[in-house]
Amino acid sequence: MLEGDPCTILENEFVKPGKGQAFNRVKFRNLKNGRVWERTFKSGESLEGADVVDIDMEYLYTDGEFWHFMRTDGSYEQVAATASAVADCKDWLKEQDVYQVTLWNEDPIAVTPPNFVELQVTDTDPGLKGDTANGGTKPATLSTGATIKGVPLFINIGDVLKIDTRTGEYVSRAKG
Amino acid sequence: MSWAKRVQQRAQCLAAIRAFFAARDVLEVQTPVLAAATVTDPDVESIAVPGYGYLQTSPEYQMKRLLCAGVPSIYQLGPVFRHEERGRLHNPEFTMLEWYRLDFNDAQLMQEVAELITHLLGPAEVQTISYRELVGEAVDQPDADRSDLDLRFAQACEHLKPGRYFVVDYPADQAALARLRPDNPTVAARFELVIDGIEIANGYWELQDPAEHHSRFAEDRRVRKARGLPDVEPDTEFLQALEQGLPQCAGVALGVDRLLMLSRRAVRLEPLVPTIDS
Repeated sequence: MLEGDPCTILENEFVKPGKGQAFNRVKFRNLKNGRVWERTFKSGESLEGADVVDIDMEYLYTDGEFWHFMRTDGSYEQVAATASAVADCKDWLKEQDVYQVTLWNEDPIAVTPPNFVELQVTDTDPGLKGDTANGGTKPATLSTGATIKGVPLFINIGDVLKIDTRTGEYVSRAKG
Repeated sequence: MSWAKRVQQRAQCLAAIRAFFAARDVLEVQTPVLAAATVTDPDVESIAVPGYGYLQTSPEYQMKRLLCAGVPSIYQLGPVFRHEERGRLHNPEFTMLEWYRLDFNDAQLMQEVAELITHLLGPAEVQTISYRELVGEAVDQPDADRSDLDLRFAQACEHLKPGRYFVVDYPADQAALARLRPDNPTVAARFELVIDGIEIANGYWELQDPAEHHSRFAEDRRVRKARGLPDVEPDTEFLQALEQGLPQCAGVALGVDRLLMLSRRAVRLEPLVPTIDS
């Protein structure tokens, strides 16, 4: 907890002059507004831990304002996440797939996709054999509306692709 | 960089260091890495080895015991250990080059440090900057908080224009085991070498007076107590050796892993052997 908001630590660098005291230079992301910033702590300083829990939840649908998720523990309990909580994850949301939802005081504040998702191609140029002008790749639009680059020319509309959500890059054509 | 290349580079660096001292008749010594006693310095935490003592944080006391026993100028290249220091520029174990020159003062030793760096990294100008110029007027505040000064120092080093610098004229309360300047006892005859924002070496025109050692160790223990750090008994063998007389000398310790890191233009220390995630 920093300035009343839950934060996640992105980087933590140990700084110490040879004959001096130690510090930690910490880079945070504020989980409520996404802001990233740095603060330096003296060794021994402490912060209150944020009371957050990560829960696996199934994505149901969006009404344009909220993204609705449901617990997978059989309780069918639902939560509604705002656009800022869903953030970049909205490019990878597929109905009935399971995502990690971070709850703070029961409020969803972040949604994390699995490292790999499989999504269908809704639009892409037909690949021309032998066209290597773009390094043998082209962009493709997925069922979520996200567009990814670097898709091989043999991919067609309707194919299902495996995507690495950490880099947003094409991995392979999904089997089956 | 391949492992073959890394190992070759380190071997060349160690050989170049040994050649530098051989040409100057400075003798290589090997003192114990594991010893019964350790430093009282509140900013340096030793790794205790139950039943044996401590892994040494620097060979300083052991080498000074040799000097008190009458050996000529000496150097040592070997591993030293620091508790809980781990990061981009820190490892709990690292390679230190430490050497002592009889009849040198700090200015003469700084000259030799600059020559060694030229020998290893090639020639470049070394500028001199005082601790006060680096940290600013905060150092003059009578109630200046030591941890604030340390943080300012670390940040100021990082913000220096890339290049080689000697930082000099440390405040008297950061003398460690350097003598105070006879003409200005508010500053210590201590220097550090900073290259591209990174601390590389720390040297002193060595304190000789045994009584002053006793009082500095007592002050270290007082600070340890105030900060809630474990108490450390002063090294009685070292204190006894000082009674025989430490000759007039200057000494310096230099981080070899950081120097290698700079020579390969890396931004973090690299492991010495392959690890699963490298």
